[in-house]
Amino acid sequence: MKKQLANVILACFLVCISVLACAEEIVITRSVLAFPEAMLALQESIRAHGYTVSRVQRIDVGLTGMGYKTDKYRIVFAGKIDEIRELTKKAPQLTAYLPPKISIFAEGDQTVLVTINPRLYADIAGDAIDPIIFAHWESDLRSIFHDVSMAR
Amino acid sequence: MRWMIGILLLGITTLVVGEPRGGELFAAHCAGCHGDTGKGGVGVPLSLPSFLESVDDDFLRKTIRMGRPGRVMPAFRAISDAQVDAIVRHIRSWSGKPEPVFSDKPRHGDAQHGQQLFVSYCVACHGANGEGGTGTGVTFSRKRDLPIIAPALNNAGFLAAASDEMIRHILQFGREDTPMRSFLVQGLSEQDIDDLVSYVRTFEQQQQHASGKSAVTAAESTIWAESSYTLEETIENLKDAIVSQNFILIRQDTLEHGLVTEGEEDPSQVILHFCNFKFLFEALAVDPRVGMFLPCRVTITERDGKVMVSAINPLYLSRLFNNSELNEYCKKMHAVYSAILEDATL
Repeated sequence: MKKQLANVILACFLVCISVLACAEEIVITRSVLAFPEAMLALQESIRAHGYTVSRVQRIDVGLTGMGYKTDKYRIVFAGKIDEIRELTKKAPQLTAYLPPKISIFAEGDQTVLVTINPRLYADIAGDAIDPIIFAHWESDLRSIFHDVSMAR
Repeated sequence: MRWMIGILLLGITTLVVGEPRGGELFAAHCAGCHGDTGKGGVGVPLSLPSFLESVDDDFLRKTIRMGRPGRVMPAFRAISDAQVDAIVRHIRSWSGKPEPVFSDKPRHGDAQHGQQLFVSYCVACHGANGEGGTGTGVTFSRKRDLPIIAPALNNAGFLAAASDEMIRHILQFGREDTPMRSFLVQGLSEQDIDDLVSYVRTFEQQQQHASGKSAVTAAESTIWAESSYTLEETIENLKDAIVSQNFILIRQDTLEHGLVTEGEEDPSQVILHFCNFKFLFEALAVDPRVGMFLPCRVTITERDGKVMVSAINPLYLSRLFNNSELNEYCKKMHAVYSAILEDATL
């Protein structure tokens, strides 16, 4: 009975998340902070949500030389090792997308953060993985983006 | 269990009871692209006075609902009418002026003459078929020829949202602080302008339903190849193949690098990161969100004696961007990944 109730709640939860977040296969947010401060806020929030920042990759080498007005574009990789191991084992088709990443770049004196909605990973993983893990990721991601957008 | 119930209740409350304010909705759905004060970014500047003076609320509502297929702006179909109205009121509040009123009656002009005028006056910015300018939004960070991207006049979303009167108004008065100049000032007559409106309306019949969506399904989200070589040999083959495609190898890592302490990483999962900077710069100019593809990488895994190489399928991801222009880059990148995997594993 408890299990059935939990399943019903999970289903309703996923429906709610889907409806609330519909049209957002790409999740994007903006911070009024300048790039360095926004980057700091992002990494702090990622860690506060229990994830490990595994790497920060520069994408912007030589951008200004090519006529761009910013040279601040990074990719932040993050994850939880237990989850990553479970996913690569049970859903190898997801391996190329792991660890998950967030793009962060300067836009004028503000900063924009962009990433794939983790719900998409559930589509790729198919039945191999309980979608609750991606619902967790989405919830955490939105919370992280909220933290960064509200940071002052 | 408790957290699930909590979030469920929050979701239901939001859906059923509360209608968030326009500012909150704008921050949640629009500010990422259009800026928190509507000054633009990836998206066009909505708070520009000359923009708000030349569009009615119906245009804004329809634009939110239908988006611009293939032109980045997504269609927000799931939010309620009340929420759309709240967002529109928020956008309108930046103007401090009442909404302009445009009749929804069609204008009647000579489309053939309008076409001649279009070639002379509009093609330079809006393209030969009204396909609009390239790139996204305004020029805050990226290289642009114009301070604002010229709209795609042949876009199904634009044509459905804009009334003839609204288009006519923009042609008559232009938009200050953008490259769009008044056609009356440029010497065209009222009749000429009607002719132009009639020609723009013919784009509807040309079925220019550009779409950023590709037909690639989740089942094709990854490009795979099984290697007939050992893990080490496959890695070396891949490095050669990457260079032969004019990409530079940036780094070799394990997939678990940074997630566990050094030495505890699974050595049977390896990632090669690589880049072609010219290609990268071009792609960034088309859409700054392409970081989701970056850096280019292939993952090599060894399991049960089998070596597999995988890469994201850019054609699968391209559908997320709603950007027709980006699709061409995704096709090119798909070809590069396929060639690298084939070269290294066969």
